[in-house]
Amino acid sequence: MRWINRNPGRLASVVLAALPFVLVALVYSAGSAARLAENPQDRILPAPSALFETTIRLLTEPDRRSGEILFWSDTASSLTLLASGVGIAALIGLSLGLAIGLVPMVRRTLQGFVAVVSMIPPLAVLPILFITLGVGDAAKVALIAIGITPFLIRDLSARTLELPQEQIVKAQTLGASSLSIALSVALPQIMPRLISAVRLSLGPAWLFLIAAEAVASDSGLGYRVFLVRRFLAMDVILNYVAWITLLAFLIDWALARASRYFYPWAEVRS
Amino acid sequence: MSFVEVENLFHAYGGRPILERVSLSAEEGEFVSIVGASGCGKSTFLRLLLDQERPERGEIYVDGDPLQGEPSRSRGIVFQRYSVFPHLTVRDNIVAAEALSRPLGRLFGNIRRAARARADATLERIGLGHVAGQYPSALSGGMQQRLAIAQALAGKPRILLLDEPFGALDPGTREQMHAFLQELRAETGMTVFMVTHDLPEAFKLGDRVIVFDKVRWDPHDPAAYGATITYDFDARNGGIPYQLQKDEIHGLAES
Repeated sequence: MRWINRNPGRLASVVLAALPFVLVALVYSAGSAARLAENPQDRILPAPSALFETTIRLLTEPDRRSGEILFWSDTASSLTLLASGVGIAALIGLSLGLAIGLVPMVRRTLQGFVAVVSMIPPLAVLPILFITLGVGDAAKVALIAIGITPFLIRDLSARTLELPQEQIVKAQTLGASSLSIALSVALPQIMPRLISAVRLSLGPAWLFLIAAEAVASDSGLGYRVFLVRRFLAMDVILNYVAWITLLAFLIDWALARASRYFYPWAEVRS
Repeated sequence: MSFVEVENLFHAYGGRPILERVSLSAEEGEFVSIVGASGCGKSTFLRLLLDQERPERGEIYVDGDPLQGEPSRSRGIVFQRYSVFPHLTVRDNIVAAEALSRPLGRLFGNIRRAARARADATLERIGLGHVAGQYPSALSGGMQQRLAIAQALAGKPRILLLDEPFGALDPGTREQMHAFLQELRAETGMTVFMVTHDLPEAFKLGDRVIVFDKVRWDPHDPAAYGATITYDFDARNGGIPYQLQKDEIHGLAES
């Protein structure tokens, strides 16, 4: 039988899906054990047990100065910034995307401009943001928003333009104004596209967040990772990286579920 | 002046004439079938009637007034595909015919409840009552087109434009749709223009069958000339005899 026609059964699917994770864990454990056998003081690859001890410590021990558990306050701070940045970008992307997709005047005005602006490397703008907005939260939110808004605008305007012309004409024959076409025909059909565009841009959003936190901050997941790097605290760094990965994965999963729940018709068509 | 008056229409795409010297008058309540070879401008003619595009020359009058430059409620349309809104349930697709003309494109409170009740009554009558809560993608092609026609009619247009509405349906479903359309027409008495590739269908449903074709043909440059109305058959009485009264060739006679 050809390989393209061989499908794993249920059990095999689970085993195959788990395989890469198990391999990575095994390779790490082996490497860690080898290094620790040579030098018990090694800090580069802490033993899995040590990593777990650090997890417990991070989750339970409050900070001596503030009394807060830093792990949670870092998480809250980062997620707030991420949500604000992505939220602002989604709002701008949605409204401009719809306007560009539906209104020829707006399209002629903004399409070229957005195409040029989207080529600006956002991280190169970070110093400007720090100078103009200060080193507080505003600059970080602005960096995330600036980083992903152009992509959202371009993607959503393209999706709006892809709506069958027949539907737009049909709405007009039923007496719809430009506004009601935008709100009742285009917007609901663009919403699932917005969610998938946001899912795609979450990767860059995390990148911009952590980069900004690394440069200037006093809390946040990215800040902590770059802070403890000075002490070579690999156990903390690895825990934080795993946590960031888990968070990103959960957000992505939740968005996918939300899209399927709120826009069931979009699944059937595609 | 007749209800629909088309005067000396000329239309071209990128310098290539598609339609030339097209003139037509249709009375209120007439069912006009439009046939012709592929690419002869039938659908273009329908788009001009819809006012989705402006003709390069000539004018179209509905009830004595020239068209305004964009589609409006006076002319409803059913396309071969994409005619219903995929993000609305079957019921809300009918409600949309009332809701879209509101400022925000939606209805609220009691008005909304009343519109839903009316929509349910409509769906019951056209045999879609049992799928009112489903999305159009769950419907068969015939049911989707039935919904599209009901939706267009719910907007109470004076003229219904059909662009190969049954082209994608199997023969059995098509028969059912013919009966459905004839029933609705007997009820409303509206004016219909229908583009079709199916000649028997054109004669079965239409009061008139008009044929688009090119009267001038340059063998070295087939796209040099546009099409016009070359035949205008009387299709009443089952279409036999086709040319009872009209000997003259419409469109050509006036030029």
